[in-house]
Formats: sequence, structure tokens, C-alpha cells
Amino acid sequence: MSLKFPIFMDYHSTTPVDPRVLEEMLPYFTQHFGNAASRNHAFGWHAEEAVDVARERIAKLIGASSEKEIVLTSGATESNNLAIKGVADFYRDKGRHIITTVLEHKAVLDTCKRLEKEGFEVTYLQVERDGLVDLAKLEAAFRPDTILVSIMLANNEIGTVQPMAEIGRMCRARGVLLHTDAVQGIGKVPFHVDEMCVDLVSITAHKMYGPKGVGALYVRRSKPRVRLVSQMDGGGHERGMRSGTLNVPGIVGFGKAAQILTEEGAAESARILAQRERLRLAITSKLEETYLNGSLEHRLPGNLNLSFAFVEGEGLMMSIKDVAVSSGSACTSASLEPSYVLRALGVGEELAHSSIRFGLGRFTTDEEVDYVAELVVKKVEKLRELSPLYEMFKDGVDLKSVQWVAH
Amino acid sequence: MAYSEKVIEHAENPRNVGTLDKDDPNVGTGLVGAPACGDVMRLQIKVGDGGVIEDARFKTFGCGSAIASSSLATEWLKGKTLDEAAGLKNTTIVDELNLPPVKIHCSVLAEDAVKAAIADYRAKQAAKTGA
Repeated sequence: MSLKFPIFMDYHSTTPVDPRVLEEMLPYFTQHFGNAASRNHAFGWHAEEAVDVARERIAKLIGASSEKEIVLTSGATESNNLAIKGVADFYRDKGRHIITTVLEHKAVLDTCKRLEKEGFEVTYLQVERDGLVDLAKLEAAFRPDTILVSIMLANNEIGTVQPMAEIGRMCRARGVLLHTDAVQGIGKVPFHVDEMCVDLVSITAHKMYGPKGVGALYVRRSKPRVRLVSQMDGGGHERGMRSGTLNVPGIVGFGKAAQILTEEGAAESARILAQRERLRLAITSKLEETYLNGSLEHRLPGNLNLSFAFVEGEGLMMSIKDVAVSSGSACTSASLEPSYVLRALGVGEELAHSSIRFGLGRFTTDEEVDYVAELVVKKVEKLRELSPLYEMFKDGVDLKSVQWVAH
Repeated sequence: MAYSEKVIEHAENPRNVGTLDKDDPNVGTGLVGAPACGDVMRLQIKVGDGGVIEDARFKTFGCGSAIASSSLATEWLKGKTLDEAAGLKNTTIVDELNLPPVKIHCSVLAEDAVKAAIADYRAKQAAKTGA
């Protein structure tokens, strides 16, 4: 098979819609275009039925016992906002303490920061060098007024997978609700809301080969029954938890994407893991001073986050511009700060600037893996020849002893 | 963000990459930036009789725009007198490479590297005359 350029290796940012998903969506744009809230005619009934099928498929993917526990949203940012603010608003008289981690997505961190301004207290758990939460630190963070723990299933940059079952047991034992942003991990690593005692789950379709602009929040209905204050006022859709006309074609696609992952996720993850390891070994066996960021063992199958010492990430991305990847370099962010996730792991700023995230997925081929590995090795070698830091390293200069003129 | 063709061309085919003997009295070396900030430039000049820059070399750790800025600076320096070289403005680099605002610091760093190399050369010469 011949290679097609550019090569997409950024599956954490988004994924293409699976053709099977698109096919199922299409009739809902022009033919079955009804409003799922129209209770009195066939157009509405048809739309509602399609949404119910999708809801059941999404419920099944995460192990929910009822499709009534699935609240459809515009995506995981909205789901995270609804989960955290919704719980905080409802339970504020019970307690005002929330626990989360420094690794969370901004949709969680910034939501927590807003709640702090409203009088809530938030503990941001530090993580270990491998990117995992230390359960003893979580244990120590609980307070009598803790109402919610929000910890992501898998991290979007370094792919680390948190011990959700243990975290769930700890929360359940204390009667504290557990929310997880499961966007990156769902369908890729084992997950089950009951087995892991999770009460609220944010997911989004576009990270799992469905369309953009549709997501869901799982809200547990029994043992415990989770209550939320809605954040969007209007027609009272989604049992009052999220008003707004349902995006029926998007939801149909989301359901199909969930069904595919339920059936094929395990086999797909095994294949992608093999490709990820092939990529990792092909690169790290040929390049010195290359470091894996985050735990190798507790990691998403498709994630490889490497720091190439003495080479700047954006410079490397430019020299492999036929390959779409992502970097923790400051130069690729609007803030000009290197990745806060890598910094939270204790990765030095210079190595944070040197990081590249490879994201493999459903349509990644072995040929692409081999091509990218070879290209990366070649370009890193070339950029190191261009790097004064590499020359100093080769000359035995301790870079930490140099007095740099920061600017 | 899309890169200008000139940045890509310089980054893919950098001119004057290399190292001059930093202990040579006719060589001035400027090392600016910091690894923690994501860019470090080392720019060297070799000055011949009459204060004319005979050769210029660089190595840069940084993004494509930083590499292109230092590559362009070395090209520009060759054949210039020290006084002419000292007059290099970062805006010349910005214009030539069509750098967007977020990359202007790359051109500033290149200007700093040139100035540091000239200062190093002049310090060496002063030390030699003084001795």
C-alpha cells in the first residue's frame, strides 16, 4: 500500500468520522429531520426513536444500566462544566470541597477555578513522575466537606491511565461523588461505570470516530442517585438537565461510533498498541537522549509522547511537516508557556520544549509507522547537528552549569 | 500557523551551519537564549584584516523561525565591516522572512547573537592590545 500525505498521527486532537458512522447519520439530515421533542407527529417520533437507540448504544459502551443515565451535550467541555458546576450547585449546602488533579484538561481546571471564586475550595493533586495519581495523596486529601472528586480516565498529552477502580472505591466508601473526563480513554482501555464506581462520565463523539459537536454526560440514577443543577435554561430537554434541541444526526453518529467501539474496541486497541510499540522502539533504539514522558505500563495504546533532548519541538514538527503530530513546546501554544502537563510531571522546561506527541488510531497503517519512525530519526539527527546544545553535550559540557541569558 | 516560504527554505537548507575555533583571537562568539525558554543561538564571526567579517557560522536550538533567523543573519554578515554588522536590526530579519508577531522574538535573539559575537571579538582584541 502506498503512503498518502500528510500522515495523520494526532488522534488525541480529533479523529476522522468512520464511514460506517457517516452512512448511518446521512438520512437524519434530509429525510428524518424531525425534532426529537416533537411529540405529536411521525417526524418527531422517528427522531426520538433514533436518539433512544443511540443513547442505548452509548450506555452500553460505558456499562450504564439505563439509557436514561445518558445526558446528551455539545461535547466534553460542556459535559465537564455541567458535571462539576451542576454537582457544586446542587450539593453546596452539603460541602464545598472538590478534589481534582493538576493533569486535568482546562475544561475541568478552569471550571474548578471559577468555583473557587464562588467560595468553593479545590485541592489540585500533584501527580508522580510517571503521571499517575498517588492514592495515598488522594486519601489524605479527603475532607468531611468533600462533595466531588474529578479525575480524568486518561490524559490527552501523555496518555497515562489512572487507577479508576481504586479511586472509585475510595470515593464510594466516603460517599463522595466521582466524575471522570473519559474522553481519551473510552473504548481504548477497560472502563465500566459500575465496576469502577464512577458517578459522572464525560465523553465526546469526535475522539471516537464520530462527528464533532456532540458529547454526553453519564449521570448515575441509583446508588447513589446523582442530582445536578442544569447550567442551560430552556425547554427542559434531557430530563431538565440540559435544554436545547437535540443534534439528531450527530447523536445517531455518536451512537454508531459507540456501537463500533463496543464491538471492536478491544481488538483495535491490541493492534494499535503493537503499532505504538513498533514506533517507540524504532525511534528510541536509534536515538540517544530520547525520553518517554509518562508511564509506559499505564498508558493509552495509541499514545507516544517523547522528548528529544537538544531539539526544539516546533522545529522538529516543521521538519516533519508531512506528518501531523503535536508538541508540548511553548512555541506551539498561544501562551508561549511549555505544556503544564509535562511540567506537572517534573519534566524540565528544556525537555518540555523538546516533546512530541504521536497519536495513533483506527486508520494508522504499519507503513505509516515505519515511515514516521525513519523520518523522525533522520530529522532529529539533522537538527542535533544544528544544535549548539548537542555540541556542548558531546563536548562534555554540563548544560545545567552554563549561565544562560534568559530573554 | 503557516510558515512563510522563506522560513521553510532557510530551515530546510540552513546556510553556514558550523563551529569556528572559539579560542582563535580573530573569532567572536555570541551565545544567547536559554534552553528553558526554548531557544538558544550560537553565532560566530571570523574577522579579517580591515575589520571585515570573512566568515560567519551558527548553531541554533529552536523553532524553524529561530533557525531561519540565525541562518539569514550569517548570510548577511559575510563581507560586512564590524560597524556595519553592529547596525543589523531585527526588523530587517522580520521583513525578509515575513515573521508573524509571535515570532519576532526569534529575530531579536538573532540581533542579540550578532551583537554578542561582535562584543566578544572586540573584548578579545582589547585584551590582546592591552597585553
